[in-house]
Amino acid sequence: MSKPQNAPGDVRSKGLVDYLNDENVRAVLYQVVAIGLIVLAGWYLVSNTLYNLEQQNISTGYGFLDLEASFEISETMIDYSAQSDYATALMVGLLNTVKVSLLGIILCTIIGTIFGIARLSSNWIVRKLATVYVETFRNIPVLLQLFFWYALIPSAFPHPRDALEPLPGVLLTSRGMYLPVPEPDNAYTLMTIAAVIACVVIYFVKKWAKKRQDATGQPFPMLLAGIGIFVGLVLAAYLAGGAPTDMSMPALKGFNIQGGYNISPEFMAVLIGLTVYTSTYVAEVVRSGIQAVPNGQWEAADSLGIRRSIALRKVILPQSMRVAIPPLTNQYLNLTKNSSLAVAVGYPDLVSVSNTTMNQTGQAIEAISIFMSIYLGLSLLTSLFMNWFNKKMTLVER
Amino acid sequence: MSENAKLPPLPTGTFSERAVAWSKKNLFDGWFNTLLTLGSIAFLVWLIPPIVEWAIINATLAPSIEACAEATGACWGFVNANLRLILFGTYPFEEQWRPLLAMILLMGIICGSLGAVKYPSLRKAIIPMWVIGVPIIAILMWGGVFGLTYVQNSYWGGLPLTLILSSIGVIFAFPFGLLLALGRQSHMPAIKTVSVVYIEVIRGVPLITVLFMASVMFPLFLPDGVTIDKLLRAQIGIILFTAAYLAEVFRGGLQAVPRGQFEAGDSLALSYWQSMRLIILPQALRLVIPPTVNSFISMFKDTTLVVIIGLFDFLGTVKLALRSDPAWTKYYVEGYAFAAAIFFLICFSMAKYSAYLEKELRKGEQR
Repeated sequence: MSKPQNAPGDVRSKGLVDYLNDENVRAVLYQVVAIGLIVLAGWYLVSNTLYNLEQQNISTGYGFLDLEASFEISETMIDYSAQSDYATALMVGLLNTVKVSLLGIILCTIIGTIFGIARLSSNWIVRKLATVYVETFRNIPVLLQLFFWYALIPSAFPHPRDALEPLPGVLLTSRGMYLPVPEPDNAYTLMTIAAVIACVVIYFVKKWAKKRQDATGQPFPMLLAGIGIFVGLVLAAYLAGGAPTDMSMPALKGFNIQGGYNISPEFMAVLIGLTVYTSTYVAEVVRSGIQAVPNGQWEAADSLGIRRSIALRKVILPQSMRVAIPPLTNQYLNLTKNSSLAVAVGYPDLVSVSNTTMNQTGQAIEAISIFMSIYLGLSLLTSLFMNWFNKKMTLVER
Repeated sequence: MSENAKLPPLPTGTFSERAVAWSKKNLFDGWFNTLLTLGSIAFLVWLIPPIVEWAIINATLAPSIEACAEATGACWGFVNANLRLILFGTYPFEEQWRPLLAMILLMGIICGSLGAVKYPSLRKAIIPMWVIGVPIIAILMWGGVFGLTYVQNSYWGGLPLTLILSSIGVIFAFPFGLLLALGRQSHMPAIKTVSVVYIEVIRGVPLITVLFMASVMFPLFLPDGVTIDKLLRAQIGIILFTAAYLAEVFRGGLQAVPRGQFEAGDSLALSYWQSMRLIILPQALRLVIPPTVNSFISMFKDTTLVVIIGLFDFLGTVKLALRSDPAWTKYYVEGYAFAAAIFFLICFSMAKYSAYLEKELRKGEQR
């Protein structure tokens, strides 16, 4: 540095200014300054936080997860009581989030696809109706919709005493919907195993059918065969298990309804709200996906003498799927993230349980870090799965 | 059947002939479409008359609980009686002209900024409008000077609050998002990593977790004795959140600018910031106007989430009005319908305008 060297052909010596004008040196300098500032800001915030926590006598760490939660959760998919620890409580919340998100994703895909196709219908009135549905529900905040459904459900249905019974065994009351469920029996475990086996068998049959079609051109009625294998195996397991018929029927006992499976008004409100809101976005994705396939593809299929239903399945849909999958993934992620609004109507999802935990223990940073990383993980998992699916779909085109 | 066999009438003809031809083509084309049409009409007949009967014919506007109890239809009296509570929240009653004026001013600035895309003469006015407008709005809302009484921001609420939170959120997130987008496109690994991590983490978590963080964790971050109030914390949370989404919007715009434009800047020996300011950004930002408007729409809708951390935005004040008297509580349908209508009007018109802009901006390429 101190002794400037004269490069051959270089008239000037390379001084400090030249180093500062060097793009690479500058890049390093900028980055060092940027990282330095971020570290400094981070250190400042962390030291403030540690000081404040000390002042408020809050201990840091995740030790509180093993403590007794001592609050009840209205809906649980796993064993939980007020004596369980916080870790279990958070697990219950996570499972509730996953439950409502998964169901919401399935339902909004079905409803969204129907409305997306309806918006392209040649029928004027159907097209307009679908447009009104999409434009109305996507321009009203989803939280408002949740509040609305949550207020509507308990007041639209009668008290358990005079429950509505639209189907035998299905009760509609202000405390939610009650469905009859089979009494636990070994036969059902057997049926689950049979279903898994059926899926494996179908997978191999499909592989064989594809191989045969590639080699000989002979098609195989895969859909029928698949349904046959699945229903056959599960039915066989049911009969082998002794064909139990005992059902847990919901019925009025005292002031409330006992038995059956209860779908709470909170769950219904969250599910309906999320499904309706997201289905409008899915409809737009489906519509643009179908519109992205050029008309020539239909005509090409026609000229090859392919039937229209097969053309839709084998020519059009695979191509529109490729366009639709990335934005569809975004909508699924949005639905999962929006399920956190459940906290506003009292459905015990992850955020709601974490919020209670936070208020009881004062471990705000830990609780927030837990649910933030879980949502990040869920988002990552969903996008990984959809990326895999996307790759599988793009292979069709080669 | 015999009618179908006839040749379709020419598009010219009397009105009724054309109407018949149109409906044959659009409503009764084949048995499936006929079935769909009849089904849809049946659905409308089932749906519309009861709603009209409830919302208009049997409804009452009288702002009294007694009148509502007598009416068999909608009780718009609930909205009528609580209108100022719903619109302005708990802002001092005598002073409510101030948030009203602030709201009109803010809406004017937003419309002016959006209109600038269509009318280039307005373009130079955008920055002065915000620079002058925002302090005026702040003075109107807070007061304390020019003889206006001071109003603590914990009393702010209603539609002005929703508008302020979302538009200030987007305005302040704009430069931050732009920096993040440039950082993500940067060749410097450290800066790129920081930007990517920030954008992906924020986009991976729900807004409500960011708001919880803002309301619970921010106070812990600050040195002893320094406090910021709940509204400001929520506003910072919204800005941090919006910036990540805007960054992705801007990235789309930057990627759409052809490579040659960057090289053109380099060949003119412009520095990075010069070529960004003079060549790249004017093109990139023009492209991202419609998606930025869409971000603003979703931010406007998402601002309702501040209800959960205890602020009274437009949705919060509707809930407040519903709870103000137990007798009103059962008129939630009217309350929510009113709020939904306002949200719909604002979001729908902005969405339509954004779609129009998109078409308008593409006109140049279609030549």
